[in-house]
Amino acid sequence: MAKVLVVTSGKGGVGKTTSTAALGAALAQAGQNVVVVDFDVGLRNLDLVLGAERRVVYDLINVVQGVAKLPQALIRDKRIDTLSLLPASQTRDKDSLTEEGVARVIAELREKFDWVICDSPAGIERGAILAMRFADAAVIVTNPEVSSVRDSDRIIGMLDSKTEKAEKGERVEKHLLVTRYDAARAARGEMLKIEDVLEILSTPLLGVIPESQDVLRASNLGSPVTLSNKTSASARAYIAAAMKLKGQEMEIGMSGKRRLFDKLFGRRAA
Amino acid sequence: MSLLNFLRSRRSAPVARERLQILLAHERNSLRKSDLLGTLREEILAVIARHVTLDPDKVQVKMDRGGDVATLEVDIEIPNDAAALTATA
Repeated sequence: MAKVLVVTSGKGGVGKTTSTAALGAALAQAGQNVVVVDFDVGLRNLDLVLGAERRVVYDLINVVQGVAKLPQALIRDKRIDTLSLLPASQTRDKDSLTEEGVARVIAELREKFDWVICDSPAGIERGAILAMRFADAAVIVTNPEVSSVRDSDRIIGMLDSKTEKAEKGERVEKHLLVTRYDAARAARGEMLKIEDVLEILSTPLLGVIPESQDVLRASNLGSPVTLSNKTSASARAYIAAAMKLKGQEMEIGMSGKRRLFDKLFGRRAA
Repeated sequence: MSLLNFLRSRRSAPVARERLQILLAHERNSLRKSDLLGTLREEILAVIARHVTLDPDKVQVKMDRGGDVATLEVDIEIPNDAAALTATA
């Protein structure tokens, strides 16, 4: 059963695209069949972060509008063959996305993949709403900083009201991913602590990505950090987060796994 | 500046935490209130529309949000014959 995951934040520049690429790659490296979908129509960047910018022929809008078939628009990663990208259009705007069109594409992707990871644009407008609309689960990317936490709170409210699941009275599973965390500064009282962010947003923690030079290096190279520098602290944190997502998926129907899982990660998952 | 003051001035995270808690408590509250008013408005109009044909031009809805209380003012003009019809039905 495929799972649709939206990576969202409200605020721009907190690491949605980086995290989409890293989590998608980590899941694919673990043998899962993954597609990452760029919803940032007009400002696409997932292609660049994944090093596929010169391979884009057709895009999400072409598929939504029926100009191209889905397999024509999908780009398979050259390094991990279970990872695919559906790029956004660079020449259109978010109004080109229709709810029916997005619903159709997501349904088709669900047939082909284990994971459909939607990289949301910043903001709370049409593009962001459509990116979360059909999600089963959400990763909320937050920096330990006041404006990012405030915007995450707003996005969490929208996940509980604007998604298809919310409208049916169900819940979108929510996971908090704190990025650019500096434990030393937090210890000195110069940065919000993980506990502070968790308490304020009351959302279960998926992972903490430390502030790291490896992340910029990875995007410079067009290679997700879990691939370009597997042993770096940020890559390990992304891999742990991906395994947690995957583990939860496996838990359904395998309740015995839970105890080992809790031991490994120490925190109760959503 | 004493060493203690110097250390205290660097501890800005507790300030951030407190500001966020106050702000978000307020924002969550006001967002919920606005939803409540919107829902009330829709449901009140739906109930009235069940009995009387509503002329959209003759319906006025005012919402006001103050510090402690919010008000919803619904002003609907109902023609006399329509009211009589409902009363006998």
